[in-house]
Amino acid sequence: MIDIAAIELARIQFAFTVSFHIIFPATTIGLATFIAVLEGLWLKTRREVYYTLCRFWSRAFALCFAIGVVSGIVMSYQFGTNWSVFSNFAGSITGPLLTYEVLTAFFLEAGFLGIMLFGWNKVGPRAHFAATVAVATGTLISMFWILASNSWMQTPAGYRIVDGRVMPVDWMAIVFNPSFPYRFMHMALAVFAVSMLLVSATSAWHLLRNRDNGAMRTSLVMALGCLLVVTPLQALVGDAHGLNTLKYQPAKLAAIEGLWDVHPEGTPLNLFGLPDMEAETTRYSLGIPHLGSLILTHSWTGAVPNMKRFPKQDRPDSRIVFWSFRIMVGLGMLMIVLAVTGAWLHRRGRLQRAIGFLRFAVAMGPAGYVSLLAGWITSEVGRQPWVVYGLLRTSQAASPVTRQQVGLSLLIFVTLYTLVFGTGLFYLFKILRTGPEPAPALPLWNDAAARPSGRHPLQGASLEHSSRQGDNHA
Amino acid sequence: MLDLALIWALIIALGVLIYVILDGFDLGIGIVFAFFPHDEDRQVMMNTVAPVWDGNETWMVLGGAGLFAAFPVVYSAVLSALYLPLVLMLVGLVLRGVAFEIRGKSQRTRPVWDLAFMTGSAMATFFQGVGLGAFIQGIAVVNREFAGNGFDCFTAFSLFTGAGLMATYAMLGCGWLIIKTDGQLQRRMFRLMPALTIALLAAMAVISVWTPLSQPAIASRWFGPALSMLWPVPLAVLACARGILQAVKTGNETRPYLLTLALIALGYLGFLISIWPNLIPPGVSLWAAAAPESSLKFTLIGVVAILPVILFYTGYSYWVFRGKVRPHDEGYH
Ligand code: HDD
Ligand code: HEM
Ligand code: HEM
Repeated sequence: MIDIAAIELARIQFAFTVSFHIIFPATTIGLATFIAVLEGLWLKTRREVYYTLCRFWSRAFALCFAIGVVSGIVMSYQFGTNWSVFSNFAGSITGPLLTYEVLTAFFLEAGFLGIMLFGWNKVGPRAHFAATVAVATGTLISMFWILASNSWMQTPAGYRIVDGRVMPVDWMAIVFNPSFPYRFMHMALAVFAVSMLLVSATSAWHLLRNRDNGAMRTSLVMALGCLLVVTPLQALVGDAHGLNTLKYQPAKLAAIEGLWDVHPEGTPLNLFGLPDMEAETTRYSLGIPHLGSLILTHSWTGAVPNMKRFPKQDRPDSRIVFWSFRIMVGLGMLMIVLAVTGAWLHRRGRLQRAIGFLRFAVAMGPAGYVSLLAGWITSEVGRQPWVVYGLLRTSQAASPVTRQQVGLSLLIFVTLYTLVFGTGLFYLFKILRTGPEPAPALPLWNDAAARPSGRHPLQGASLEHSSRQGDNHA
Repeated sequence: MLDLALIWALIIALGVLIYVILDGFDLGIGIVFAFFPHDEDRQVMMNTVAPVWDGNETWMVLGGAGLFAAFPVVYSAVLSALYLPLVLMLVGLVLRGVAFEIRGKSQRTRPVWDLAFMTGSAMATFFQGVGLGAFIQGIAVVNREFAGNGFDCFTAFSLFTGAGLMATYAMLGCGWLIIKTDGQLQRRMFRLMPALTIALLAAMAVISVWTPLSQPAIASRWFGPALSMLWPVPLAVLACARGILQAVKTGNETRPYLLTLALIALGYLGFLISIWPNLIPPGVSLWAAAAPESSLKFTLIGVVAILPVILFYTGYSYWVFRGKVRPHDEGYH
């Protein structure tokens, strides 16, 4: 029998539960903002295509949100159940950050979610819109705090060690620690990329089946427009993030690059290779000379950290991060291609008929999720063997619980999540496949509200946006 | 002197009480679900909490996060001591949370989701109660770490408190449904209430005898010199129970729920008196467990500034969804 220690099981359990969790927030954070924009546009223009889309994406949002909440509650208890030494050591910093997340974000989301989903006929248009905006804002605030916490664990700042435990000294320095701005921007762009890829894939899928009632064209154009802004920015921010990592976590960078030796004549960039931790080399490496120096130091021969510089027990596993990083960046590049091609086709007015492009958009639907997870794996595996970088080793952070307990709970979570995830996905696909209701019931106040006389001037102005459902509720 | 640790202990005690008040009825609905097999009734019952269950559960997250921030030792030692009950409670919460969303969307599999909702709610409640019982019995802590065995938490006593909590939440759920429903469904809720009241009284009686018998420290607190001050507590419990039975007879809609809350507040008071001033019975006091002052202060600012706002909009949301829930109202379908 393979002897897996409690610590390894706890690591597997953490990685599994958090990877599961992040899929849903990434979807809901982006969708919440998208839904708020749709509702705002509807209230402003009264074009029902926006209302149709708003109701449609709200259904997908509600399902993902529920799974996000329950898997998040599991996370918030896991620090205590599985990582008690860590909680004891760093709880005086990560605890307050989590508390602020609960106070400023979770309550806000939860408090207004009911009105957003079920309150269409209970409150007026302004109050409803305010509730939707509150939920969207809550999800973004939530991202702020949890990333502050995670970034602090990556690049600790603003603390002192007293009696073998962390003591907070400067909260501004703790929250805005050196890697936080980069991580926050990168993650914010990532969640919008993820959710907009979901929207564009769904819309393209319906267009391919000629199941359009105006709504799907609109949402495809909106999603692609957002991607056109987000994905190139993501590459720029990612590059800056890499430079930040070079400065604060050089071992992680060396592992990402699969660099073992010093290259005084200029560091190549490995495009491909199989890092070997035992033999201390990257096999079959295919590198472009000088490119590594050029990207990371902006000079022809600049020195980039190499793995052999770090003691063996301080090296992250290059075999994993080398590839997870390349998957993330590769898919990021494909996303840019998607967005740029989409914009070009749209300008030519050929978007809806470009079968090849629509298929490409459908295929890219899962790409956001894959690069999201690949990115986190790069970050988290790359910071090993530390859980709080340079201060506490992962191997010392676990709870004094037995292998049997952790093993049992891991088994339970894997089974439960597989079932929940399976059915969750099934119903999500069902919602997406069914598509928007052709004419969802409008809120009661809609008839009473002063409607613009006749058709709104903007309506029908652009070919792509023309939708003629303006009065189908009558 | 301003005692930050004490203030934090009070905040967490208040948070737990709000949690029990709000999520208690929410979980309780899942428990009484078992007595109402008709699909339409069940839809109505679920829709009475559809807009608020997420907010209710957030109070539990606040309790956990608050402990993590203000008393990291308690968070780490108690949570690892109660490892298995907590994991099973979380499993229950996952099941019922997902059932909320999916039940209405399902057709053939609806019985499965009903079952998930019922067992999820019952599990979450039962294992919360087990955790509570194990906590009362004390947790072995050496060097700021849990030093016991992972199965210490399963005792006859803790299993009994688990069952007791199920009766408590079922009663809250029933009381809530009396307020939120009408007609036939409400009549049947009224009929369920007396049985639940008796069950809860019995559970409270057993726990009140069992705890001091097994915990000498608690016994000396209750039966020592303080006895003269504490004897009204059991009397008040009896008065509340009587009030509930009468309200059921006269068909008063809100009183059963409110009096159940009073019962729970009394039980909670008894619990606080029993463990005071410890945060981990038997040996770790709240002052010994407190986080560094800078953490307590930083987080307190947030609580003082934001908690009133939260209470305000939570109240607003309940107010928006006030009134009876009927079949085919907006909600999960
Ligand atoms: C980038 C964003 C992000 C990241 C990295 C995480 N979460 Fe999360 N979390 C959210 C973004 C989010 C959210 C958008 O706020 C969610 C998702 C769906 C939802 O309902 O709220 C949420 C829900 C959620 C909840 C339920 C909130 C409620 O009751 O309403 C908890 C307790 C946590 N999370 C805790 C965690 C912990 C302990 C994490 C780290 C290990 C974590 N989350 C990673
Ligand atoms: C949300 C996306 C995230 C993903 C996909 C992710 C993924 C992972 C993975 C794969 C590991 C295991 C690394 C290894 O053991 O080699 C890990 C470790 C860890 N992560 Fe994250 N992480 C995420 C977010 C976070 C956040 C937000 C926090 C803290 C607030 C966090 C805290 C930790 C801790 C404490 C560990 C150490 C335990 C361990 O090594 O397993 N993670 N994470
Ligand atoms: C296109 C070029 C991209 C570059 C150059 C890039 C660069 C990076 C780097 C260097 C890291 C490691 C940060 C660390 O040291 O911890 C990282 C992490 C990450 N990446 Fe990317 N990235 C790119 C695209 C993407 C895309 C498209 C997504 C998702 C849609 C994504 C999601 C993430 C996530 C979630 C993390 C972990 C969280 C964090 O550390 O911010 N990245 N990225």
